[in-house]
Amino acid sequence: MDFEFSDEMKMLRETAGDFAKNEFEPIAQDLDREEKYPKDVWKKASGLGLIGAWIPEEYGGSGVGFLGNAIITEEFSRVDLGMSLIIAGTFGCEAIYWAGTEEQKKRYLSQVSQGEAISAGAFTEPDAGTDVAGARTRAVKDGDEYVINGNKMFITNGDVCDFMVTLCVTNPDAEKRYKKHSLIIVESDRPGVIATKIHGKMGIRASDTAEISFEDVRVPVSNLVGETEGQGFYQAMQFFDTTRIMVSAQGVGLAQGALDKAIQYVKERKAFGVPIASFQITQQKIAEMAMRVEATRNLVYKSAWYLDNHKVDPILNSITKYYAGETAVFCANYAVELHGGYGYIDEYDVQRFYRDAKILQLYEGTKEAEVLTIARRLLV
Amino acid sequence: MNTVVCMKQVPDTETLIKINPEGTGIVTEGIKWVMCPYDEYAVEEALQQKEKFKAGKVTIVSLGPDRAIEAIRTGLAMGADTAVHINDAAFYEKADPYATAAALAAAVKDLEYDAIFCGKQAIDDDSGQVPAILGELLGLPVVTLVVKLEVSEDKTKAVATREVEGGHAVVEVSLPAIFSAQKGLNEPRYASLPGIMKAKKKPVDVKTVSDLGVSVEPMTAIKEMSLPPARQAGKILEGEDAVEKAKALAKALHEEAKLI
Repeated sequence: MDFEFSDEMKMLRETAGDFAKNEFEPIAQDLDREEKYPKDVWKKASGLGLIGAWIPEEYGGSGVGFLGNAIITEEFSRVDLGMSLIIAGTFGCEAIYWAGTEEQKKRYLSQVSQGEAISAGAFTEPDAGTDVAGARTRAVKDGDEYVINGNKMFITNGDVCDFMVTLCVTNPDAEKRYKKHSLIIVESDRPGVIATKIHGKMGIRASDTAEISFEDVRVPVSNLVGETEGQGFYQAMQFFDTTRIMVSAQGVGLAQGALDKAIQYVKERKAFGVPIASFQITQQKIAEMAMRVEATRNLVYKSAWYLDNHKVDPILNSITKYYAGETAVFCANYAVELHGGYGYIDEYDVQRFYRDAKILQLYEGTKEAEVLTIARRLLV
Repeated sequence: MNTVVCMKQVPDTETLIKINPEGTGIVTEGIKWVMCPYDEYAVEEALQQKEKFKAGKVTIVSLGPDRAIEAIRTGLAMGADTAVHINDAAFYEKADPYATAAALAAAVKDLEYDAIFCGKQAIDDDSGQVPAILGELLGLPVVTLVVKLEVSEDKTKAVATREVEGGHAVVEVSLPAIFSAQKGLNEPRYASLPGIMKAKKKPVDVKTVSDLGVSVEPMTAIKEMSLPPARQAGKILEGEDAVEKAKALAKALHEEAKLI
C-alpha cells in the first residue's frame, strides 16, 4: 500500500486547481444564471491536456489514467460543478476506449483529447433511464448503413457535441433483452439529428443538457462500437462503471468546496461578539463534513485505482457513487446552514453548490439503483 | 536564445504566516510552497524568448532546501529545459541577499546565456536586492521592473520598458544582461499535462555551495521578525446631529490621533 501520490499527480492537482480558480471562479455565477456552456474554457483546458487526460498517450491523451482524471475532476468541481463538466467533453468515449476497434480509438479518442471535438453519451430515453435495456431507439441496417430513429433525453453535451455514442436497438428479436442493443457513433451534423437544449435545470446550469431526436439518421455500419452487434447493454454497463467513479470524484470536489467555503465563513462571521467558529455546534458541523469528505475521497481513489488496474468491482463502484452523492448533498446543506440567510442568496457560492449537489444522487445511476446493485450482489 | 531564470520557492500568498518562537523567522511547517509569482513572469519571459527565436535553452537556477525541487519541477513543466538546484539547507537558512546572489552567480557563471531573468523580488523576504547584486558579481548590466522586452535579432542588445513612478521608461541595454520581471510583463502559462509528464525526465543538476566553490558569509542577519499590530476596532462618534459629530471628529483627530 502507498497512499502517497507521485510528483506528477501532485502537480496535476495543482495545475487543475489553479486553472479552476483562475478560469472558473470569476464567471461561474454568471454562467449559472445564464445557463451558458463555457466552450472557450473547454478549449483552453484542452490545450493544457486537462480534457481527456485519462486517454492513453498513444491516442493523444496525457495518460494519467482515471485516477489522474478523478483528481482533475475533484479540483474542478471544488470550484464549480457546472463548469467542471467541461471535463465530460470526452463523455461517451469511455465506451470506445473499452469496446471500440483500434481504428475507432485512434480516430475518436484523439479528437476529444486534442480539443478537436466534444463527445456525448446518448443512453437515457424519455421512458428509460436506470432501466438501460429499456432503450427503444432503433437502428436498422440498410446496406452498409444504419438508419436510426428514436429519442434520447437528458443528454450531457447534447447541444454542443460533435458526435455521440448512442445506445440503439439493433437486434430486436434477440431472446434476452440484454442482447438487443448496440452502441453506435452518431456524428451530430448528420441530417436528421435534432438537439434541443433543456432549460430550467436546478443546478449544473453551465453544463449543456439536451433532448435529442433521430429522424432517419444514416451512419455507416463502421460506426458500430466494436465489431459485433448485441453487445450494447454490456458495453454500457462497463461504461457506467467508469463514469460513475468520475461522478463520484465530482462529489468529493463539491463537498470539499462546500467545506472550504464554510470554514472561511465561520471564521469571519461573528455572532454575540465572537466568530461563529467558536461555537460547538459549528465545530460539529465542520468536523462531520470533513469526515465524510475524507471517507469519500478514499473511496474514489480506491475505485479509480481499481479501474486503472482493470479490476472492476461493481459493488465498490456503487458504494462510492452512492456515498459521494450523499456526501455532496450533506456538505452543501451544512455549508448553507452555516452561512445562514446569506447562504440562501445566489451571491454566495454555497447556494449554487446546494442546487448543484442534488444531481450527484440522480445521474450516472440513481442512488436507489446503487443500493440495488450493492444489495443484490451481496445477497445472491 | 539561451536564458537563465533565477527562481525562489516561497510560501503561497494565501498562507497564514506565524513567527517562530525565536522570533527570527517564520514557522515553516504546514506551509504550502509555490514558485514566487514574480519568478513566474521571469520563467514565462524566458520561454517566450526561446519560442520567438525558435532555439535555445532555458535553465532554472534555484537556491533552496529539498522542497525547492517542487517549484523547479513546476518551471520544467511550464517548459524550461534544465535546472540547477543549489540544495544546501544550512547555507540557505542564514543566506542574506548577498549570499544568495553569490551562490546564484557561482552556479550561473558556467552556463551559456544571452539573458538572465529574475522576479523583481521574492514575496517572502521582499529584499529585492538579488538581481542587482547578481549583476555586480557577474559584471552584467541590470534592468529592473521590466514590463516589456524586445530582443534584437542578433541577440546583442535589448530594449526594455521599465515601470517608473507615474509612467514608463524605455531602456536600451547590451546583452547579456539581467532583467527583473514586474507584473504586467506577460501572462504566465499553466504547466500543461504533457509538460508535467515530461518534467521528471528533464535534468536537474543538484549542487551544494561548496561544490560551487562559494565560501561567502552573509553580510546581514535577521535579528527579529514581528507581525503587524492587530488592527484596532473602529470608533463610532456620538452626537445628536452632523454638527456635533463633526466637532467630535475634529476633537478626536486633534487629541487622540494628533493629526490636526
